[in-house]
Amino acid sequence: MEKTWNNKAWFLVLPVLVLVAFSAVIPLMTVVNYSVQDTFGNNVFFWAGTEWFEELLASDRFWEAMVRNLIFSFIILAIEVPLGIFIALNMPKKGWGVPVCLVLMALPLLIPWNVVGTIWQVFGRNDIGLLGYYINALGIDYNYVQDPIDAWVTVIIMDVWHWTSLVVLLCYAGLVSIPDAFYQAAKIDGASRWAVFRYIQLPKMQRVLLIAVLLRFMDSFMIYTEPFVVTGGGPGNSTTFLSIDLVKTALGQFDLGPAAAMSLVYFLIILLLSWVFYTVMTNYDAER
Amino acid sequence: MLELRNVTKTVGAQEHIRDVSLTLQHGSLNVLLGPTLSGKTSLMRLMAGLDAPTSGSVWFDGKDVTGQPVQKRNVAMVYQQFINYPAMTVYENIASPLRVAGVEQARIDKEVRNAAALLKLTPYLDRTPLNLSGGQQQRTALARAIVKNASLVLLDEPLANLDYKLREELRAELPKIFAAAGTIFVYATTEPHEALLLGGNTATLSEGRVTQFGPTVEVFRKPVDLVTARTFADPPLNTIVLSKKGADFLLEGGVKLPVPPELAGIADASYTIGFQPHHLSLERPNASAVPVRAKVTITEITGSESFVHLDFADARWVMLAHGILDFETDDEVEVFIDPRHIMVFDQNGRAVTASKLAA
Amino acid sequence: MARIEVNHIRHSYLPNPQKDSDFALKEVHHTFEDGGAYALLGPSGCGKTTLLNIISGLLHPSHGQLLFNGHDVTRLSTQERNIAQVFQFPVIYDTMTVYDNLAFPLRNRRVPETDVDRKVRETLDMIDLASLAKKKARGLTADQKQKISLGRGLVRSDVNAILFDEPLTVIDPHMKWVLRSQLKQLHRRFGYTMVYVTHDQTEALTFADRVVVMYDGEIVQIGTPAELFERPRHTFVGYFIGSPGMNVLPVALEGKTAKLGAQRIELPGVPKADKGAVELGIRPEYVRLGREGMAVQVSKVEDVGRHKVVRANLEGKEIAAVIGEDDEVPAEAKVRFDPAGINIYADSWRVEMGA
Repeated sequence: MEKTWNNKAWFLVLPVLVLVAFSAVIPLMTVVNYSVQDTFGNNVFFWAGTEWFEELLASDRFWEAMVRNLIFSFIILAIEVPLGIFIALNMPKKGWGVPVCLVLMALPLLIPWNVVGTIWQVFGRNDIGLLGYYINALGIDYNYVQDPIDAWVTVIIMDVWHWTSLVVLLCYAGLVSIPDAFYQAAKIDGASRWAVFRYIQLPKMQRVLLIAVLLRFMDSFMIYTEPFVVTGGGPGNSTTFLSIDLVKTALGQFDLGPAAAMSLVYFLIILLLSWVFYTVMTNYDAER
Repeated sequence: MLELRNVTKTVGAQEHIRDVSLTLQHGSLNVLLGPTLSGKTSLMRLMAGLDAPTSGSVWFDGKDVTGQPVQKRNVAMVYQQFINYPAMTVYENIASPLRVAGVEQARIDKEVRNAAALLKLTPYLDRTPLNLSGGQQQRTALARAIVKNASLVLLDEPLANLDYKLREELRAELPKIFAAAGTIFVYATTEPHEALLLGGNTATLSEGRVTQFGPTVEVFRKPVDLVTARTFADPPLNTIVLSKKGADFLLEGGVKLPVPPELAGIADASYTIGFQPHHLSLERPNASAVPVRAKVTITEITGSESFVHLDFADARWVMLAHGILDFETDDEVEVFIDPRHIMVFDQNGRAVTASKLAA
Repeated sequence: MARIEVNHIRHSYLPNPQKDSDFALKEVHHTFEDGGAYALLGPSGCGKTTLLNIISGLLHPSHGQLLFNGHDVTRLSTQERNIAQVFQFPVIYDTMTVYDNLAFPLRNRRVPETDVDRKVRETLDMIDLASLAKKKARGLTADQKQKISLGRGLVRSDVNAILFDEPLTVIDPHMKWVLRSQLKQLHRRFGYTMVYVTHDQTEALTFADRVVVMYDGEIVQIGTPAELFERPRHTFVGYFIGSPGMNVLPVALEGKTAKLGAQRIELPGVPKADKGAVELGIRPEYVRLGREGMAVQVSKVEDVGRHKVVRANLEGKEIAAVIGEDDEVPAEAKVRFDPAGINIYADSWRVEMGA
């Protein structure tokens, strides 16, 4: 809805604009600058044009990381969304259980990302880790440092543990907003549990689910800290996602030019995703 | 004096308000009457400055305030939902606009107690709103709007969420409360009955347009067009399309309804005749009344009166009759139309009146 | 359709109710006859919705029994009771079409699809929505949505009763008239047992054959609209029904005369009131305003269109009178009470009058 115009408002947002300029626009320009040049340090630069971009888009390493990211995001969504809905459906709607559940659900979200990584890194170790030790004791050969599949499983379980709560909380908010009369009417209509879910709860959760899916997709696509702490991108390159690859290139090898090009491509991908997010949301609202 | 000059508001492709011009005087009560989505709330938002018009201008006491935000306009609003600060006592709720304005304590106390007395809230000043009945919660919201001493008070269906009897009680008190202040009151409602009880002026709204604005009883008795007449009728207005020939409107079955003498000069054509349900009766009200035979669809009894729903030709009518009538469905009854109380509308829906003929 | 017996039902929302005031429903004992149209009328908090929810099975009463056609259903679930209910705010399945909304209760009960189709089409005709069958229910107006809610009840041939919980709250005044008369016609044609909860006297009186007036968890009076209007058993009924409500004036009795201040009012009979505070009740419709009778000071005249309400002061008491739309208030106004409209109350309950 259109609001009253007031030019004074611009003065109020000016500090933020300045801050954003310093924190985002200027560094971004620096990155753009790096991405078209080559440097060997000491502030000596050579013009490279689009060379880094061409190299990047032709490199297997980039595409492999990209595919890893997409697979990872897909698995995350396939687990977290149904699981989140399931937990939200089974949470109490009133009484003392509500605050307890909400706090329990919020706990993982409050833990800093690197701490989550560290927790799971220790948890999964097969010498001193509670999880790793007992899984091996059961006769299952589990070692996330050496086995790529074990590494993936660990990273995925860690992410599910960390982020399913977000989906749960969003869905729960959607569920509690459904008036009681709907459930009563469904009872009277003789609807089964499944029909109640399919025709009342799911439609009413649609909006929050959309937000949940898009948020989790974007977040998982940008994942960095947790797998970096746990696996460092290994074994081999098996858990090297785009962000980890970027850091390896920029800080590990100090290839500033290629890393800058990569950041820009990565930035554009995220921008594209945000745009999709925004369009889907606004179209959805307009349809209502 | 609040003036809207040719105000239009479009949102996306939808026209919420279409070319509205209104002048509201200080110390007046103005009712906005119309069904849901007719633009009552949109119009109020424009008056308050919550929205800016797409075109046209808003003037207050001779100053153009178009686009001036609500914070600067000294406006108070009361909504259908009971909106109070839940953590504050009733006293603090009422005092809140005065505290914001930095009024000294002694005066705050005096004004809060005055408003509380006016709205019968004195015994509840120490309670919090959630411990009050719906009626008392809404009284609190009203008291807050009153102490603010705003130059414009907007009430958006304030009684809609209250019980019928509470509504009746509060509605009877409102005009007294309004009369005490020199403020412009604007009151939105969907109920014609409510507009009549409140009195003052009424603007009827239909599809974003103000169809008529004037003293409430005058709008009710002399609507300028069919849309206004329909908006301002509860039970619904009875209508029928008839063709005028000479001195009569011709009814089905050869019945003639004499054209009221003051309208004798109108051209022979097709007209829509409208009349209120209580102007249809079972007994002949006077010599000129015209009998017609209609078929009963259903009878509703309200205690002392009956609403008889009738089918006459293609028209569906309601008759409000005294006493308890228990007709069976499909009974044929003879009812009288009183030509002194009919309204005549031309093919464009404009009212045909003697004063217009003279002009 | 069924006869519904409410057998000494009490209900409390508290786990261990002790006092009378702990009960939302104090004690209700009443039979809703098969095929009757009933209204439960009362202010908010009077227990009318509690009673409705007990009948529908959404609540189970703390004490007492509920019988449908003589069978005890007190402990049965909502599904097993086969009732239909229309709620205050329209409940529709947004994602389905109008047709599918109506088919939903039948499909849930595994009715063969050919029967579903026949019943749904019949119902669509009954509620006048046949033209919208293929439309998504989401985009409809409030009154159409309420009709769908009703239709989901009508579509089932085995419903015992149709319950309404303030179904016209969100409907515009004009549509209220249409919907109400359609509802009444459906009742006339198909003879459903209907129970309608409302706080709006007009809705209650126009809809129901018998109105159950409730106050503070109890039934104060059950009667036809005419009975409630002419012979309110309790001053509350007098006040709650009628707009404006009944005038209630404290009087002293002296045989066939009631004394109000300096005024003496002739009564149609000798009231059998021997104790308690005595009051005279007379509806504004029976107060005759003219040049004869008791002198009043007129304070206000409200023009409500089809008639005028005159507010006046009689012997220091506020009274209301109703006069015709074209009637004028005389300069020195006086009032008479039509004896047919006089009721006498002792401690708020109506007493009979002897010859």
